[in-house]
Amino acid sequence: MAALSRKWDPLFVLVLGSLVFSCKGDVLKTSNDRTESISATKIEESSPQAADLGDLRQSDEAESNEDRKAFTPPPPNDQFQEEMVIRPLYSGDIYASFQFRTQWDTDFLHDGKKVSHYRLFPKSLGQVLSKFSVRELHISFTQGYWRTMQWGQPFIPSPPGAELWVWFHHTVTDVDGNWKELTNVLSGIFCASLNFIDSTNTVEPSASFKPLGLGNATDHRFLRYATLPREIVCTENLTPWKKLLPCGSKAGLAVLMKSEKLFHSSFHSQAVHIRPVCKDWQCTSTAWELRQTLNVVFDLYTSGQGKKEWSLFKMFSRTLTEACPLASSSKIYVDVTDNPGGELFDLSPSSPLISTAVVLGDRRTYSVYDLTKKETFGQLRSLNLLLRWKGESDDMLRPPLHAERYVSGFGLQKGEIHTCLYNSHPYRAYPVLLLDSLPWYLRLYVHTLTVTSKTRENKPSYIHYQPSKDRLRPHLLEMLVQLPPHSVTEVTVQFERALLKWTEYTPDPNHGFYIGSSVISALVPSIVAMDTNSTRDRPLFSSFFPTKEESSYFMRVYTEPLLVNLPTPDFSMPYNVICLTCTVVAVGYGSFYNLLTRTFQVDEPSAPLAKRLANIIRRLRGVPLL
Amino acid sequence: MGLLSDPNRRKAITSLTLSVLPDVVCYLAGIAWFMGLAFEPFTLRTYMSENAMGSTMVEERFPSGERALATAREFAAHKKKVGGMPVDWLVKTMRAQGLEVFTQSFSRNLPFPDESKERFVVRGTNVYGILRAPRAPRTEALVLSAPCSPGNSNNQAVGLLLGLAQYFRSQIYWAKDIIFLVNEHDLIGVQAWLEGYHHTNITGMGYTPLQGRAGSIQAALSLELNSDVVTSLDLVLEGLNGQLPNLDLANLFHAFCQKLGILCTIQGKLQRSDWDTVEGYTHSAQTMLLMVLKQASGRPWGEHGLFLRYHIEAASIRGVNSFRQYKTDATSIGRLFEGMVRKLNNLLERLHQSYFFYLMPSLTRFVSIGYYMPAFGLLTTILLLRALDLWVHLGTPTPVTEDGVGEGESPSSPGLLSVLTPVVISHLTGVALYTLPVLSQEMAVEHFPVSETEAVVLTAIAIYTAGLALPHNTHRLISGEGTEQGWRVLKLVALLYLAVLLGCTALINFSLGFILAVTLVPAAACVTPHVPKALSAVAMVLLSPGCTILYCVFLFQELQEVPVSLAEGWMLFLSVISQGILDHALYGSLVYPLLALLVYPCWLLFWNILFWK
Repeated sequence: MAALSRKWDPLFVLVLGSLVFSCKGDVLKTSNDRTESISATKIEESSPQAADLGDLRQSDEAESNEDRKAFTPPPPNDQFQEEMVIRPLYSGDIYASFQFRTQWDTDFLHDGKKVSHYRLFPKSLGQVLSKFSVRELHISFTQGYWRTMQWGQPFIPSPPGAELWVWFHHTVTDVDGNWKELTNVLSGIFCASLNFIDSTNTVEPSASFKPLGLGNATDHRFLRYATLPREIVCTENLTPWKKLLPCGSKAGLAVLMKSEKLFHSSFHSQAVHIRPVCKDWQCTSTAWELRQTLNVVFDLYTSGQGKKEWSLFKMFSRTLTEACPLASSSKIYVDVTDNPGGELFDLSPSSPLISTAVVLGDRRTYSVYDLTKKETFGQLRSLNLLLRWKGESDDMLRPPLHAERYVSGFGLQKGEIHTCLYNSHPYRAYPVLLLDSLPWYLRLYVHTLTVTSKTRENKPSYIHYQPSKDRLRPHLLEMLVQLPPHSVTEVTVQFERALLKWTEYTPDPNHGFYIGSSVISALVPSIVAMDTNSTRDRPLFSSFFPTKEESSYFMRVYTEPLLVNLPTPDFSMPYNVICLTCTVVAVGYGSFYNLLTRTFQVDEPSAPLAKRLANIIRRLRGVPLL
Repeated sequence: MGLLSDPNRRKAITSLTLSVLPDVVCYLAGIAWFMGLAFEPFTLRTYMSENAMGSTMVEERFPSGERALATAREFAAHKKKVGGMPVDWLVKTMRAQGLEVFTQSFSRNLPFPDESKERFVVRGTNVYGILRAPRAPRTEALVLSAPCSPGNSNNQAVGLLLGLAQYFRSQIYWAKDIIFLVNEHDLIGVQAWLEGYHHTNITGMGYTPLQGRAGSIQAALSLELNSDVVTSLDLVLEGLNGQLPNLDLANLFHAFCQKLGILCTIQGKLQRSDWDTVEGYTHSAQTMLLMVLKQASGRPWGEHGLFLRYHIEAASIRGVNSFRQYKTDATSIGRLFEGMVRKLNNLLERLHQSYFFYLMPSLTRFVSIGYYMPAFGLLTTILLLRALDLWVHLGTPTPVTEDGVGEGESPSSPGLLSVLTPVVISHLTGVALYTLPVLSQEMAVEHFPVSETEAVVLTAIAIYTAGLALPHNTHRLISGEGTEQGWRVLKLVALLYLAVLLGCTALINFSLGFILAVTLVPAAACVTPHVPKALSAVAMVLLSPGCTILYCVFLFQELQEVPVSLAEGWMLFLSVISQGILDHALYGSLVYPLLALLVYPCWLLFWNILFWK
């Protein structure tokens, strides 16, 4: 501790030293000893309390770092963290996941007061939260489909296209009105077609989407969920997303986000999650947490030119030179679990910091690079992580839970949607929640709904079905299904394709209509709990009953969206008909109108003078007139 | 219906319809119209309708034709070693290329042995690899397929497929997933794969469910290559039940052949520029007739044929190595495929802009449905005129003046039974023709020295011939003496039946409808009980559906410039029948049931009229 204080600026010691030392000295000590161990909860899917503890530690560090860099000290509680996880995947691809976390200490929902002071938290979002009384907001834009079988599980799953789900505060009276306005505002903020969210694709799931933040709201009247599977994500969505970051893309990890590289990848997903969290472990006061995540998977084949070699520069065409000055922590984690002896790949520069954590039910080991430390950047003053593959490991993965969906049958009248849920756990059965939201133009035959696993009927213990209304609302089907161990459970339902009105077709009707992904939420038994070796380094008395945190973890899986062709008229026919009828009507109407309105009279023209004279003479002579 | 019910007006039209002249004119005009379709000034030039494939010509860069041929040799070696499909090697190779690889095993018991391909119980495995398009949500896919044929054929196709897979994998521009399918047992494998992919079972195939899918398939190309270099590429379009892919697919192929300077043919015939000479016309007429015959057969003429049922636009491209000087290497063929797949990849919608119903007298000319339908319409007009004529006759009171005797008993009511009986009996014969050959094969094999296949075909022919004897006796047994009115009513019913039948057939499969109309319409129009029996019976038999098939076999061989002798032709005819029955059982082709259950009974009705007593 003494060494620490000597290194630091005397100013810091004077101003804040006493505070830091008195409350959180142990944290600082461990980080100084370079054997930092982070808790499992700090990386992902944290329970609010635990996360909050971590936050508090971080906040102290933030103050100290920023003071050291002689920035104006922030109000004591707003804070910003950035981190990136790089995971070499089994398929040889590489997965980079950015997370930026901004915490904002304000509580406008409870007091109803207007908040006008913004520092790190983006004002545009803050105003949206307060105007529409949003409790929790989750929005994701994804281009591509996460290949669970090759890539394992993502840190934050998201369906292809855009997904938005919002919990409103329970004081809101007109939830639908707020939702409509909110989607339009968000559409503007993110330059996305979220304004296409309307009542025909919005559902209120009863069980699948629970609040992730504080408060145990259960009344799903205040929840709205919608997906736009057709939404295409590109640079124009990335730019406004980057602008929400305190440092923008000027400093810190965000400098890596060059769009031409991010979109030269196999998978791209960006998301914004806002939720209320506790500020301290007793939860006496709350704060808003804004998490911005960006997940990219780079393809080995298309960008690596066959060479199995990766570096930050190759991935992002940038190297890192500094952390975001506003960030209280700025770290890069590289997953080295599968590479304990360095036989799979080489990582350079190597980092002495190693941390282990239980992530998604698996114990992972990470090399940590702390960007707030000067020595991370080495002599070149830039960090360019280099990863050179040596071994080959490209087997298919067996993730504990994955799902696929397809439409069976042919022809344009009927079809059947098959959803296959795979439980590959060797001996544990577990329940999953399946959420399906299907547009009204697929007329579901609910009596054909079958759930079968291992060729036997599997009766769901909970079914929530809301039938669709034509042109008003979609079908909503939620089911709690028990998946037997090591099995495939198949959920099938037949449908009939509706014939739309001709103005309801999209401009490209022959492309087909998109059906959003189904959502599968489950508490999956974790791999750690299966691992018998893990009991060795733990006392025996601690390991008889599996503890909840370690035995299972929450997982959400999205199936692929579907493209369904509806019976489509030949749109050149109306064109012909319109042309023909217009011609016929023009000609026919013209002549009829002419006939009807014109009056016909026999017109007797007065004979010319010469003729009249001749007639007079003829009459006199008694000769017939002319 | 004032026109038909008013006696005065009837007389007016009777004078017109009674004469044979309009019939003859219509028939000749129909045939002439049809043959005129092959004359170039009467046809339209093909043009690319689909915008997404039109203007954006890209540069093809596929470099590794030689490597693809090396892969083909490696594949051939492995195929020889395994003695069939080298599944493990294919899986390994595709996986090494970075595809997601899956296999599907299938089994199918044929209803009777297929002698031309020497198979009875078929077991096999399909291997397919999916190239996942970057940042695409698995909603759309394209299929490239190549069969793993027995013997030494088609190795180059598989080699080129794998070469393309490797090249495509390193490209970034894919918007649709691409499925590379290597199937065993040609069409049966494709059928199993398609049924597995769409999770249907229409033909009683046994297969393992597919593990990997890629959304709705937009288009498919099938590749058949037998040699390292080819002189020309042949495009095959005719699919199951005479379905054709969208014409834009043919246009796309032609456009790339032009661009890359590859000779391209359709029906194995090059295009000629001298349309105004007799040879030029004959050439295009031959090409068109070949297409008509192939389409009428209802068979899938390549692997693509089975995709069409699933609303997947597909075509087969077949490399031909003849003795021409002009050779094309594998790199160019690879580039052709690259170009075509990239264009299909650019598609925003399914191919729908161009025609689905067309005939092609050459690759650059097509006849659309609006042009060829009048030919068929003229033929069916004859049936309608005859029916009208009969209706008028039935309506007018029997002319007592003519014979004096007239028809003594109740001339206006021929009795429902006398009409219904022949109809029912004919159809029962049809049902027997449809079911018995396959069902009774075992019995036939026991009692006669024939193989199963021969048994099936010969039983079919036997039932067909037996049908000629049956119905004209039975109607007498049931309702006694046939009346003059009776045959008129029966003929009226039969004429309308035939008209509807042919009309519906022609809407789905023009060629089949037209060919049947050409032979059946004269027989149907002329037949009465009062014509000389022996002569007309011979004519009727010669114009029956079975003989139509025989003529088609000879015509097809003639057009393909491999004329056959009478005996060979007969053997071919027998194999065509067995193939037709097999196609129905294996892929769901509808020509055999159509002929057996509907067309043949309809013809029997006319046969019945001829022998009306």
